[in-house]
Formats: sequence, structure tokens, C-alpha cells
Amino acid sequence: MSAELKDNVKGLFGEFGGKYVPELIIPALEELEEAYDKYKDDPEFQEEFNYYLKQYVGRANPLYYAERLTKKLGGAKIYLKREDLNHMGAHKINNALGQVLLAKRMGKKRVIAETGAGQHGVATATVAAMFGMECEIFMGAEDVKRQALNVFRMKLLGAKVTSVTDGTQTLSDAVDAALRNWVERIDDTFYLLGSAVGPHPYPTIVRDFQSMIGEEAKEQILEQEGRLPDYLVACVGGGSNAIGLFYPFVEDKDVKMIGVEAAGLGVDTDKHAATMAKGRKGVIHGFKTYVLQDDNGQIMPVHSISAGLDYPGVGPEHSYLKDIGRAEYVSVTDDEAVNAFQVLCESEGIIPALESSHAIAHVLKLAPELDQDQVIIMNLSGRGDKDVYTLADRLGVEL
Amino acid sequence: MSRIATTFARLQDQGQQAFIPFLMTGDPTLELTKELVLEAERNGADIIELGIPFSNPLADGPTIQRAGKRSLAHRTNLKDIFKLVKEIRTESQIPIVLMGYFNSIFNYGLERLINSCEEVGVDGLIIPDLPMGEDEELRALSNEVDIISLVALNSSPKRIKELAENSQGFIYAVATLGTTGERGEVSKEVKAKVEEIKSLTSTPVAVGFGISKPEHVKEVASFADGAIVGSAIIKRLEDNLELLPESEAEFINSVGEIVSTLTSPLN
Ligand SMILES: Cc1ncc(COP(=O)(O)O)c(C=O)c1O
Repeated sequence: MSAELKDNVKGLFGEFGGKYVPELIIPALEELEEAYDKYKDDPEFQEEFNYYLKQYVGRANPLYYAERLTKKLGGAKIYLKREDLNHMGAHKINNALGQVLLAKRMGKKRVIAETGAGQHGVATATVAAMFGMECEIFMGAEDVKRQALNVFRMKLLGAKVTSVTDGTQTLSDAVDAALRNWVERIDDTFYLLGSAVGPHPYPTIVRDFQSMIGEEAKEQILEQEGRLPDYLVACVGGGSNAIGLFYPFVEDKDVKMIGVEAAGLGVDTDKHAATMAKGRKGVIHGFKTYVLQDDNGQIMPVHSISAGLDYPGVGPEHSYLKDIGRAEYVSVTDDEAVNAFQVLCESEGIIPALESSHAIAHVLKLAPELDQDQVIIMNLSGRGDKDVYTLADRLGVEL
Repeated sequence: MSRIATTFARLQDQGQQAFIPFLMTGDPTLELTKELVLEAERNGADIIELGIPFSNPLADGPTIQRAGKRSLAHRTNLKDIFKLVKEIRTESQIPIVLMGYFNSIFNYGLERLINSCEEVGVDGLIIPDLPMGEDEELRALSNEVDIISLVALNSSPKRIKELAENSQGFIYAVATLGTTGERGEVSKEVKAKVEEIKSLTSTPVAVGFGISKPEHVKEVASFADGAIVGSAIIKRLEDNLELLPESEAEFINSVGEIVSTLTSPLN
């Protein structure tokens, strides 16, 4: 492991990351860091985590050879890491489970979380229900509208859903609201952050709690193909499903890693969320990273058809992987993602999340350019039931 | 001695405490901010805190969030703010401290920021999301501009000691476990915290967040060197926006009045 990636004592990935938070939050971060250091290698913690991952989440999930899609595209072999088959239908549950076990050990009684697509909100509400914790989810009012199904699921699971009407009323504003609430209730509340973002130690914790994706995939591809893949492809909102897949392969220099961001209506319009393509270095939500901002350093409103990619920053480890040239970041428009969604439905009988559809859209471009003996692993981060209304709307179908 | 240190020294000699109002620069306009600064000074302000509006003001409650929004509606930026301070300096030598979020400053450039502050006469910087551990680079760049540290009610003794040792200008003791905004009362823990800080340093300590009534100012003044009031003033300003543009003098006056009311226990 390269020095910077492993030895991130201050939470730095190169120049990215850090702890840019009000003094009030520092003690909570220190408490979290201490707890994490104590438990991350604790056999009893790991055993409990692995037990629930297996018996409750249903891991290991398959690495599925998408034969029809591969044939259709006529290039590299495409494997799908089936995070969509996890309990509740996305990779978010992995991290939520890890963090709630930590919260429990820290004696916290209440968990809060931000959510965009609602997947992380559902995951958090799920683990809170499991462990009998009070749960409040902050969600941008715009997302509450687009993800009504997930809002109802959270409520069924016993969570309180607070609609955030600040700013563009999307994920970024939900993070602000959750952080503010954490500040107000810092003594009894655990902030269960849903992506590989935020102040240290969150990006490290979330990455570690998602790394089984890449670890399993590595084992599975060695079993099925007898070799490592040529490409890893994953969508990037904050970057948790992508870093979970990438991280165990970082030292395997021949494995190329591609993160796919949301280009919305196009990166040259003002309606996109392509942070790597159009962002500059800055500080958002407590960490240094690439940020979509205007000339004055104001965070810009972002847009994507998929609420989970609608974020003006990106995890600090991704910014570092980009700068050292270890990973590449591309973007895909709303239209391309909608098309890819349909392609996967029809070719493989899998309804993917709109977030994951961005990764698929890139695979549709990449695979035909590669040889038939090359291998792509794509992270199918979630299933698309939550997105059928958006799709219907898009396709002019009345449900 | 810096303008901030001189002000506290003078007040201490007189057995008085500083009153520090917060105004959001550009709320409702840059021209009016200038008038409000001068009006606040006439009504007993000792130091002025000027907010740099930011799209994601993490530490602020709804009132200051709205003030930031009003200012950003006409795209107030740091260049405008420095120009404004330069204009204020032709009429007033009141210490001016800018309060803003780190991305605005990082985006402007740290070195350029310090140069601009020194050039126009900004005396200090308060950056709520640049805690000890991340502020070293800015401190290293700054000679004349005080980088003001914030101490929270839950800061550990070890951190408070280190913060106190590195403090410049004054120490900002945050009186709530939360964001800015008006509160019913000053929490009992604040006094103990301020005393803890004062036992470690001779740097003056001012208390802010939630200080919203003359009684609060009076209470805080009994154990700290200054009181900072933001939301309560902005709330008044907001309630009187309807006076604009017709009755500008009356609008300015109304803000002066609340400053005067809040400072009354200090005289
Ligand atoms: C299915 C799915 N994939 C991807 C994401 C994006 O998040 P991240 O980049 O952290 O994986 C989300 C976020 O809500 C999601 O629900």
C-alpha cells in the first residue's frame, strides 16, 4: 500500500481530506476516531460485522457474468458485482451496518443521516430499527419528491424524515442540515455518514466498511477467470461504492479504475454534477477535495437525474487517485444513463438504480473498444425499483 | 499593538467590556453595510464583525443563513468586502474582523487574503470551519492580522490549553452547543469555560452564539471581556427591511437602536 493511502493518520490523502469543521465537532470526531481505532481490528467487532453481512445482508453477493450484454457489445467480458442483491437493494447497507455497530459500542442512542436517493436513508433506518435506535434522516425537499417510495420505506422502518428546504434542496443541503443537527445533539447522537466524504475519519471508515466489495470481487474473478480484471468501473456520487470496489485493487497497477460521474444535461451546461471534470480544489462539508464552485468559491447547485450522484464534491481519496493518475474519472449524461438503464433491463433482466446506470453507460462505450479476452468488473451498486417513477416520467408513461 | 488589542486594553483600563455586533456584509446592500457599521459604532459597538456570505454556512442558524442569502442575491464577494472596508477606514478606525468559511478564503488565496486584509485595514479573521490542526498555514502567513480561535463548550482541556497558547486578538468562546441563533438564556457552563480559558491566557475572551438580549450581554460581561451578538441584530434588520428604499435613515436608525439597547448594560 502506498504510504499516503495507508498511513492517513491526519486523514490526508495527499493534500485532500482533513477536518475542516467547527471546533464543536472536533471532540465528536476524536471520539469516533478513537472508537474506530479501537474496534476496527477487534476480532469480536469483525465477527459481529461479518455475521450480519452474511446472515442479514446476504453477502457474499455474486459477481455475475453478463453474457448477453457482453455478446451485444462484442468486446470485453462484463462482470457485474451484484450490490443490488443486498438486503434493501444497494451497497449502502454495508457501511450503515458497520457504523451502527460502532455507534452501539460508543453507547449512542440516536443515529442521524443525510440521504440523496434515499438508499442511505433506508439503510440507516434499517440498521437503526435492528438495533433499537432513534433515527432521523435529513433529505432535500426536492429529493423527498423524486424518491417518495424511499421516504415511505424509511417511515415504515420507524425513522423520522426531515425535509430540508435550504439551497437547491438536494443532497448537499441535506449534509449541511445533518451536520447542524449533529452539532446540536452531539452528546447522544451518532452521525451515520453515507458516503466516503466528510471530515476525517469518515472517508476512511466508509471506505473500510465498503471494501468487501472489492475484496469479494477480486476473489470471485480469480475463481471465474483465473486472473485480475483489466478495468473496474463504478459510479461516483460521494464515491463510496467506487472506493469500496477500487481500494483492494489499488496496488494491482495493471487494473485500470474508472469512476463515472453524472454529467446531467452535459458538462458544458450549468446542470451537471461532474465534480472531477469541472471542479476546482476547495473545501466542502469538512474536507478538502475537488468542488464544483463559482469564481467566488460559492458551492454551485448541481443536477443529475439520479439523486444519489447529485453532489458538488467527491470523496478525498478519489481526488487523490485522480491527481496521482491511478484512477480516471469520466462522466455520463442523464440521457445516456436512461438509455443504459433500459439496455440492462432488456439484455440481462436486471433493473438497475439510475446511479448504477451511469456506470453501465460508460461500460456501453468502453466494452466495444476492448478485446474479447479483456475483462471489466462493473459495480452494480443498487437496484432500480426506486427509480421506476422517474423513468416512467422520462419516457412519458403514466403510472 | 493591533487595533483589537488596543481596544481591549483601553476597555480593560476603564473596567469595561467590548460589545461586538455581527453584520452580514452586503445585507441588504454594501452601501447600507457601511452605514450600519458607522451607526453601530455611534451606538456603542467596540469591534465590528463582518460576515463573508457563503453558500453552505455550516455553523449558522436560519437567521444568519437568510442574511447570507440576501447578500449572495447580488453576488457579494471578498473583493467587494475589501473595497468596503477601505471606504469605512476613511471614516472610522473601529477594529474590523471578518467572519467567513474556509472555502471562500481558500478560493481567494490565503496569501492574497492576508495581503488584502493588511492593505485595507482588516484586523482579524474568524473562520469557524478552520479549527486548530488546519489553521497553521494561515497563521504562518499572517503577521498583522489576528487569527481568532474559537473555543467550544465541549473542547477538551488539552485543546483549550493549546488554543489559548496560540491565541491572537481575542478568543471567541462559543456559548451554545449548536449553531448561531437567538436563545432563551446563556447556559450555565459558559462562565466556567471562560474562567478556564482565562486561567490559561491573558488574551481577552469574548462570548458569542445565542447572545440575544441585554440581560445576556450583562451576564456575559460579568465574567468575559466581550459579548458578540449576531442573530438578534439581524432579526431586527430583517423586520425593518420593508422601510427600504423609502426610509433609509429610519432603517439605519432601527439597527442603531437595537445595538444601543444591547449595549446599555455595559455603560
Ligand atoms: C445505488 C446507489 N449507487 C450509488 C450511489 C452514490 O453514492 P456513492 O458514490 O457513495 O457510492 C448511491 C447514493 O445514494 C446509490 O443509492
